[in-house]
Formats: sequence, structure tokens, C-alpha cells
Amino acid sequence: MQYLVSVIDDKSNPGSTDRRPAISAFNERLIAEGYWVFAGGLADTDTATVIDNRGEQAVFSDGPFVESKEYLAGIWVWEAPDLDVALKLATEASKVCDRKIEVRPFL
Amino acid sequence: MSDVEEAITQAHHEEWARVVATLTRRFGDLDIAEEAAAEAFATAVERWPADGVPPNPGAWLTTTATRRAIDRIRRENKRDDKHKEAQMVYDSPEPPGDIDDDRLRLIFTCCHPALAMEARLALTLRMVGGLTMPEIARAFLVAESAMGQRITRAKAKIKAARIPYRVPSAEDLPARVTGVLAVLFLMFNEGYLATGPDTDPVRHDLTAEAIRLTRLIRALLPDDGEVAGLLALMLLTEARRTARVSASGELVALDEQDRGAWDATLIAEGHRLVRERLAAAAAGVAPGRYQILAAINAVHTSARDIRDTDWSQVLALYDQLARLDPSPIIALNRAIAVAELDGPEVALAAVDRLEHRLADYHPYHATRADLLRRLGRSQQSRAAYDRAIELAGNTAETAYLTRRRDQLR
Repeated sequence: MQYLVSVIDDKSNPGSTDRRPAISAFNERLIAEGYWVFAGGLADTDTATVIDNRGEQAVFSDGPFVESKEYLAGIWVWEAPDLDVALKLATEASKVCDRKIEVRPFL
Repeated sequence: MSDVEEAITQAHHEEWARVVATLTRRFGDLDIAEEAAAEAFATAVERWPADGVPPNPGAWLTTTATRRAIDRIRRENKRDDKHKEAQMVYDSPEPPGDIDDDRLRLIFTCCHPALAMEARLALTLRMVGGLTMPEIARAFLVAESAMGQRITRAKAKIKAARIPYRVPSAEDLPARVTGVLAVLFLMFNEGYLATGPDTDPVRHDLTAEAIRLTRLIRALLPDDGEVAGLLALMLLTEARRTARVSASGELVALDEQDRGAWDATLIAEGHRLVRERLAAAAAGVAPGRYQILAAINAVHTSARDIRDTDWSQVLALYDQLARLDPSPIIALNRAIAVAELDGPEVALAAVDRLEHRLADYHPYHATRADLLRRLGRSQQSRAAYDRAIELAGNTAETAYLTRRRDQLR
């Protein structure tokens, strides 16, 4: 079972910026224990571009598709046998990243 | 009720959760288990009057339900092969658990912390308690369709997010048991002080179900002190149920209740459990909040008359509880004991300090109203009663508060 694990940051109350070493160590462990599928941090939402090609021609627009105080700062994909395992890891991840974490199953 | 009807009712009480739990384990799908169990009971209603009650009703129901489930899976497999995969049994690797019972798995799944509290309550009442959707909808005053949706959504999340069907590991068990007890306590309280203008003031179906499920947990986890504490608390509260509402539907406060009408059997059982926990506490096991609340109720139910109440004991227990849980609601209840020991003036000062945190909590205003009344401050008391009546949602309580207000001189 794969889960998308989103790291959520808050523009008005951001998590601490010194988490990189802790996150690296946590990633090492995820890999060693077989949970790690993918991980990546994201650049600022200001760097996003939205493309809408549902109409006659593609429209590009600057910025994220939704402006909000809370935003996606990074993601993981984990392979875990069930939600309890994923939630346990996510509980640790929240401490490691000093940010909120959302766990959502893939179909 | 005929013998057969009685046998069916009894089987429903005793076997529903077991049938749902066994089928969930076997087929890995709550939906299939629930539907097949319902069909098996419907078949029993049809067949038992003619064929007689089978010698082992539980086994009969499980077999019948299993056949129904297999029929459904076959039907759906024919219709949609992709579906098959979704309905495959997933056997999560399971270390030999501390407790091995399908019903426990079912309860822990229904009370999973990843589900919203109201979904946990509804799901537990349906899957473990066997209440029907209309019954649950009525209990929580929501439309049947909304309740149906709530349960469907919860089942879908369990399946999609793969909430495991498993008793939590020993390390997680205490926190998860606490979560289950919170669901059962909420169920009991909603029954004991039902809200809504058209609702019976006490919903015996809910209190009885909460007690039944807590008994079940107790049977499965006999060494858990808080489980024993919650069961004792429920029994000692339930024992006063009939004395608590008058014939005219008005709440009867503890000091005015006919103590002869209390249920002596329930009290004896509750006291037994409290003594068991006191012995454990004496041996050094620190009691949790349910055990302390049960002990407070044991003090009240030990007094033959309100004047015999050992208030200093009650106060000591509230002090202990406040250390564990410094909530303003506990401080409010503590103040009621203070009023008995040190007088209403001291108690009122303590209550007034809680205003900013309990301004919308009707017992805060009801307690103040009573203390002000005892101090002869009628005008202020009346205003407090008005506010309490405005906020109270229980019909019996509103009637009681209204009478007390109108008796003010």
C-alpha cells in the first residue's frame, strides 16, 4: 500500500529552517526499513506555474492554483502495510520536519 | 414476546458483533460483513418461527451470513472483475496478539483515531452494537440519510486508507483503549443526558448499549483499570436513572432523589468494581479519571441520605482528579463539594473564577444560580437560571431549572 505523505508549512507561522540534517537521517531510516519510495522538497509556491489547456488554447498563469496560508512544502511516497504503520511514521516525520503532515492513500 | 422472538432478540444482542467481526476478518470488508449479518438475522426472523431455534444460534447465524457474503462476492465478481481485487482478503502479518478476539479487532477499527469522533460513535453503534441506521440517526438527531452517509464515508476510508483490522500492539494499546473508552463514555452520556426538544430526557437504549459494550471490553481486557472504572461509573450512574426523572418529566436533583428507587444490584456491582480498583490503587497502581469518577459516584451511592454524604471524601477525590485533568468542568464539580463543606460563599468565589472558560456551559450557570439562591441573592440567581435555561438542551433539565427559578422569592 502506498501513501502520499505531504509536509504542510504555514506562511504566517513557518516551521524551523534547521531541519535538513534530521530529515536526512530520517530518510536513511525509511530506506533501511523499506518504507521509502520517493521524497522531495518543493520550491516556494511563488515559483509555481498553472497550465489550463481544457479550452481552445493553453493558458499559463503565474503562481499556485490556490493561494492559501498553508501550503505543500514537500512530499514523500511511502510503502507501508497499513495506515497504522504510516501514521506512526508520520508522527515521527512531523517532529523531524517541525511541520504538519498529511497522510493520504493512493488508489 | 414469544419464545422465538425472545431468542432472536437475545441472539441479536449476543451474536451480532461476533458475526460481523468474524465475517470482517474472513472477507476483509466491513460492508460485506454488515450486510451479510443483517441478512442472516432477517433470515432467522423468517425461518426460526417455523423451523425452531437452532441449538447453536451463533453458529447458525455465522454460517448463514458467510453463505450470503460468498453469494454477494460471486455476484459482484461476475459483474466486475476488477472489483475482485479490492475485495480480496488482506491478511496483515500479525504477531500473536495480546488478546485474540475478532470483536476487539472490530471495536478498535471502528474507534480508530483517524476517523472523526462522530463517525467512530456511529460506526461502533452500527457494527458492534447492531443498532439500525434509523435508530442511530434518532439517537443523534440527524437525518437518516446524513447518518447513512457518515457511516458509508467512514467505511470507505477504512478500506481506502487501509485502517487495519487488528488489536493494536501492546505498546499502542493503552492510548487506543483510551480512545475506545472515550467513544463509549460519549455514547453513555448522550443517553444519560439526551439533547433535543423532542427527545426522551434519558435514552435508555444508548446507556444500555454503552454499558453492554463496556462489559464486552471488560471481559476482553479484564486487567485494565480504566475499563473497570468506566464500567463502574456507568453502572453507578445508570442505577439512579429511574429516580432521576420525575413522573412529570422533570429532572430530580441528587438531593431530592428517592434513594429507595435506586437499583441496588447495579450499585452492588459498581461498588464491587470500585473496591477492586481501590485495592489496586493501594498496591501502587495510580487510578485514571474514570476510576476516580467511579469512586466519587460510589461515595454518593453509599449514602442512605444526602446528609450522610461524605463530602470531604468527595472533595479529596475531586482534588485527585483535578491534578490529573485540570479542566474547568472538574473545578466546577469540585466547587459543589466545597459548598457542602465550606458553605456557598466560598464555593461561589471558586465558581466565579471559571466564568471566562465556562460562559457557554449551562451547568456553570445552573451551579451559580443554586449557590446564589442559597445566599439569598434572588435577583442574581434568577438571571443565572435564565441563562442556564437558555443553554440547556435536555427537556427534563429545562423543566427542573424553570421550577427552581420560579420558586425564587
